[in-house]
Amino acid sequence: MNNVQRSVLSFALIACLLLIVGLFQSWSLMLSILNLCLISSVMALGVNIQWGYAGLFNVGTMGFAALGGVAAVLVSKGPVPEAWAVGGWNLIIAAFLFMLTVTLAIITYRRIKRGTLRLLVLSGTIILGIFATRYFSDPAIADIEAVNPALTGYLGGIGLPILFSWIVGGVFAAGAAWVIGKIALGLRSDYLAIATLGISEIIIAILKNEDWLTRGVKNVAGLPRPVPYEIDLQKSDWFINLTEWLNSNSLYGLSSIERADLLSSSVTEFSGIYVKLCYTGLFAAVLVIILTMSVMALNSPWGRMMRAIRDNETSAAAMGKNITGRHLQVFIIGSAVIGIAGAMLTTLDGQLTPGTYNPLRFTFLIWVMVIVGGSGNNLGSVLGGFLIWLTWIEAEPVGVWLIDGATGWLGGTNPIRLHLMDAAQHMRLFMMGLVLLIVMRFNPGGILPEVTKVGKLSN
Amino acid sequence: MTDIMNATVLLSNFVIIPVLAYGSQLALGALGVTLVYGILRFANFAHGDLMAFGTMITILVTWWLQSIGVSFGPLPTALLALPVAIVFTIAMALFTDRAVYRFYRRKRSTPAIFVIASIGVMFVLNGIVRFIIGPNDQQFADGERFIIKARSFKHMTGLNEGLAFKVSQGLTIGIVFVLVISLFWFLQNTRTGKAMRAYSDNEDLALLSGIDPEKVVMVTWIITAALATIAGTLYGLDKSFKPFTYFQLLLPFFAAAIVGGIGKPVGAIIGGFVVAFSEISITYAYKKFLKYLVPENWAPEGLVQFLSTDYKFAVSFLILVLVLLIRPMGILKGRVI
Repeated sequence: MNNVQRSVLSFALIACLLLIVGLFQSWSLMLSILNLCLISSVMALGVNIQWGYAGLFNVGTMGFAALGGVAAVLVSKGPVPEAWAVGGWNLIIAAFLFMLTVTLAIITYRRIKRGTLRLLVLSGTIILGIFATRYFSDPAIADIEAVNPALTGYLGGIGLPILFSWIVGGVFAAGAAWVIGKIALGLRSDYLAIATLGISEIIIAILKNEDWLTRGVKNVAGLPRPVPYEIDLQKSDWFINLTEWLNSNSLYGLSSIERADLLSSSVTEFSGIYVKLCYTGLFAAVLVIILTMSVMALNSPWGRMMRAIRDNETSAAAMGKNITGRHLQVFIIGSAVIGIAGAMLTTLDGQLTPGTYNPLRFTFLIWVMVIVGGSGNNLGSVLGGFLIWLTWIEAEPVGVWLIDGATGWLGGTNPIRLHLMDAAQHMRLFMMGLVLLIVMRFNPGGILPEVTKVGKLSN
Repeated sequence: MTDIMNATVLLSNFVIIPVLAYGSQLALGALGVTLVYGILRFANFAHGDLMAFGTMITILVTWWLQSIGVSFGPLPTALLALPVAIVFTIAMALFTDRAVYRFYRRKRSTPAIFVIASIGVMFVLNGIVRFIIGPNDQQFADGERFIIKARSFKHMTGLNEGLAFKVSQGLTIGIVFVLVISLFWFLQNTRTGKAMRAYSDNEDLALLSGIDPEKVVMVTWIITAALATIAGTLYGLDKSFKPFTYFQLLLPFFAAAIVGGIGKPVGAIIGGFVVAFSEISITYAYKKFLKYLVPENWAPEGLVQFLSTDYKFAVSFLILVLVLLIRPMGILKGRVI
């Protein structure tokens, strides 16, 4: 079976699974799963760009996704003028002082030769800088957080359409990736993993604690939507007409009261589905754009160069390729894609909840998607995103159903049965690990392995 | 004079004793990470979850012992359960090696592949632990709680500040001290220990001199699993057991191992204390401490806290970054990155 047949078959399988969910559970649930599948696929594409193209081991996905979420808040929420009035200037001064400190520290580090003098000057600069920054930032933050803490207590955003934040999310993530890459790239692959894991935890810690920025664990809810609201749809004539037309078969020949009842319930149900469909359209568009660009990039000379660097750094360097530069570049691009996906996720949720970012779900699950789908193959990552997300969500009901069936003979109140039913949701972690290990061992290329011309010749 | 005494006691109570206990726990964990790194040559992401697995067995056995009325006098019952848990955890570690890592070792895969495999193991262990004991906090400490109580210390010395010394802290420091000394004796003086060091230093040379790699790897896993179980149990007694917290401990472990010089057991211990000291001393509010020492009108207004306690993990990571920038091989020259 060649790769094209495999792709078609695998995606047909996914479509069937989604159909089953739609027919047996509900179409609304199916669309929710589909939307998250699309977002996961974009994230998986980002990881694939870093790992599959260039062999960079980034396990900081969670942090970059969270930065995308921050972008969604900062772009879409309106500013809080009171907060700006009480703390804006101090905060701007603090930010300026902070940047000045960083610049001075970098200059000292570069200009003075290694030794005690450099260490002294450097630590002096940094400590002084921190004190100066905090002299302005501490009161500013206290003032800002005191402004109506139940509702705002933060600076707010700039009040632009939230779709714009998808780009800004990518830019935020790219900026962070540039800083991280400058520090951590060039380390051994597993050191890079540890470093990125740590940085993503720091980003989440900052989001949880810096209330002036994104309200911390108080969350920012009610982000504006890029798609219509259900309540508006239910009131608009064209939508009611559309529902009527779609349901004309079942509405036919009913009495007017029955007809009105059925129509209003169909309108309510359909409005939810319609909103989800709008999201699906947006996410699918983004996925198609990023996927096309990824495929084109991988097949271009640039992609061949990246793979050459991945497979043999020494020989690529001997050919005059700038390894560090290319690594930094691909690290930034991949992180930007993850940031875009993070912004999309927050848009879909309509709120930013820093407490829900968990490395198992936002970092390691994405890795399972990439490895299972096929690292180095863009379509494979998309497939992995769909398949693994579907399994992750459906493992719980299926697990409960299985355990219910298997322990039914124990009787309804048996403690072992109750414990197992309760714990069934944790089996999905176990299953994911097992799937990852099995695929790695018996099918290391993943479901859709990387396609290379060299590979065809050597096989 | 009393002011200075008060300040010292205050600092001991809130910084020095917690650092000693937490540092010892980190040192044990980092020793496990560093041993696996030195011998098997990869960063084991499943270490925190192996620790959680061992602690879970300890808790289950402790509960069973408590239910049949066994207790260990003033000491926690968990200590009686510990040997059983160690045996189970060793079995689990050896099983994962046989089922997962051996395959890649024979193929001589790159470290990244090992790490991804360890992520798979991490998921599996995490799933097992949550499936059996659930994701919530579990308290399993019993027996006496304090060696010295804050109130009786105040009574005894007549100072303003109390000094509390918990049994779990005393146990941690004592057990880790004994363990570390015996581990070093083992590594320096026994045949197997020397084989392990030789294998870690230069694999090919060690193989040439007839060292059996499978045996070295096996002993490494046995030691790692035992250390992980003990570290996990001590941490759980001192604070509490929660699977997710144990997973998160991975970061300070890595930081400690790298700061000390990865692959170097002594380095892991130094690193453990460095990380613990920085985490606690940077997030401690020095206001009260300074009030005792400086003249009255100099007393600071703020908390004099460098970072809020929520940034604990960030601190261990900052140290990691600093070490990577300034001295990438760690305090003791570990493996070249």
